[in-house]
Amino acid sequence: MSTPAMNSMAALDRGARHGLTLAWRGILKIRKNPEQLMDVTIAPIVFLVMFTYLFGGALAGSIDSYLQMLVPGIMVMNILQASMTAGVQLNTDVSKGVFDRFRSMPIARSAPLIGAVLADIVRYVVCILVLLVVATIMGFRVQTGPVELLIAAGLTIAFGLCFCWASVFVGMLLKTPQAVQGMMFVLIMPLTFGSNVFVGTSTMPGWLKAWADISPVSLLSDALRGLLNGGAIAGPLTGSLIWMVAAVAVFFPLAMWAYRKRV
Amino acid sequence: MSLAIRAEGLVKHFGETKALDGVDLEVPEGKVVGVLGPNGAGKTTAVRVLATLLRPDAGHATVGGHDVVKDPRAVRSLIGLTGQYASVDEDLSGTENLVLLARLLDHSRAGARAKAAELLEQFELTDAAGRAAKTYSGGMRRRLDLAASLVGNPSVLYLDEPTTGLDPHARNEVWAVVRKLVANGVTVLLTTQYLEEADQLADTITVFDHGRVVAEGRPDELKRRVGGQTLQVRPTSLRDLDAVHRILGDLTGVRPTRDDDSGLLTAPVNDPVLLSTLVRKLDEAGITADELALRLPSLDEVFLALTGKQTEGSLA
Repeated sequence: MSTPAMNSMAALDRGARHGLTLAWRGILKIRKNPEQLMDVTIAPIVFLVMFTYLFGGALAGSIDSYLQMLVPGIMVMNILQASMTAGVQLNTDVSKGVFDRFRSMPIARSAPLIGAVLADIVRYVVCILVLLVVATIMGFRVQTGPVELLIAAGLTIAFGLCFCWASVFVGMLLKTPQAVQGMMFVLIMPLTFGSNVFVGTSTMPGWLKAWADISPVSLLSDALRGLLNGGAIAGPLTGSLIWMVAAVAVFFPLAMWAYRKRV
Repeated sequence: MSLAIRAEGLVKHFGETKALDGVDLEVPEGKVVGVLGPNGAGKTTAVRVLATLLRPDAGHATVGGHDVVKDPRAVRSLIGLTGQYASVDEDLSGTENLVLLARLLDHSRAGARAKAAELLEQFELTDAAGRAAKTYSGGMRRRLDLAASLVGNPSVLYLDEPTTGLDPHARNEVWAVVRKLVANGVTVLLTTQYLEEADQLADTITVFDHGRVVAEGRPDELKRRVGGQTLQVRPTSLRDLDAVHRILGDLTGVRPTRDDDSGLLTAPVNDPVLLSTLVRKLDEAGITADELALRLPSLDEVFLALTGKQTEGSLA
């Protein structure tokens, strides 16, 4: 006997399985082309090393204290940059016709999208691991404990998963992968630099400070600082979660709409 | 005979362009229908509608009795799609591509591997199974494409320009595969720009131009409808050209076309019996011929006559 509820459970189960299968495809592709991981390995290291040794002494008095403040922010910045690749990848798949084959098969329509986003988790994990290892070599120390560290890492990955829908939206809207890349760069640069990742907001002009204080990048950076260095967590964590929910609420439907229109 | 595909009045506009402008199409079960037309005629759009990838603006279509708009899921479980717009993943190996598709079609892990191995064997790709698809030659790529479209054991197969860009050898390989599939009872809708391909593979041909069906029929019917038959004679000696010209003219009642360089004489005929009469008359006159034939016009000529367009020219 099957009830509508059982049917929809079965559909959900199949959808999840197909999503996972397509995530496996994404991971296979990363393994075949490790250079795809450049933006989650080399790029974060360059930013971390450059900012720490170039500005650390001037901005925070000592390199060590700057590092403690910078590492959480750099995590946020790089997860955001890693999440923008999703749109570029999906755009490539669509323009190469791989999606047409998937869509001509009896699988959930959203499965390719879900799969691509799930595969991105691997990239996020690599990004955070690389950052933390290099930061530790440079002298960064987690002041709290392993549980806080795990929560911080999980929160960062979740943040990437929420905001990647903006990238998927842009990826489905624009014609070529290059255009998507360019557009996301233009959006993400001001978002990451107009924040408290690199410097405190107190010396910023009023309009910029007003934004930087409530920007998702700043709030998550503060939450991670609290988790890794000790200090206030509740306020910035609440703010981050609100931003994450808002990002999904706005960009997931937009992404699905653009996806259905595109393919 | 029951129909595998039935489309009525399909319309699809892209902005100002009418990609499909009221297309009717019927494909009987187990047959091969070739959709022939130049680039931009609407062939691919028709396939995409029938493969549930595009919603038609008007008209409706069923595949295996299921409506492509109302019940796309049922249609998708019947069809396989191969061609310029449905391709394999170039980064993955032959095996990985097929295992991926088999897993999506709910095969178990072991079942998926077995299915992949079976198809790779069938398409003579076993030696290349572990290599990334981007290292494959054009012909191997298409064979893998075909294998990929067969993972779900489709009863209806769409081949969208399956040999475009292939060299003659690779093209023959793909044709051999298609013939084998048809022998196993698969229904095939084939689009092509190549008349020879339609002639070789299709039971019936539907000619598209500007989103409309401009002609349909068996290849020989189409040829006959457009041109009728012609008699061609090339006497062994050019000295006999005048005599043969006269004989052929008397016989057909028409002034034959004469090519003095090649020594070929051509005249339209409407009675095939004239061929044997011609043979006898030449024999009586003691004239031998290097070439003597009753032929249908080529599909190229048919195409030109139907659409007013050269086929190869439209490729540019």
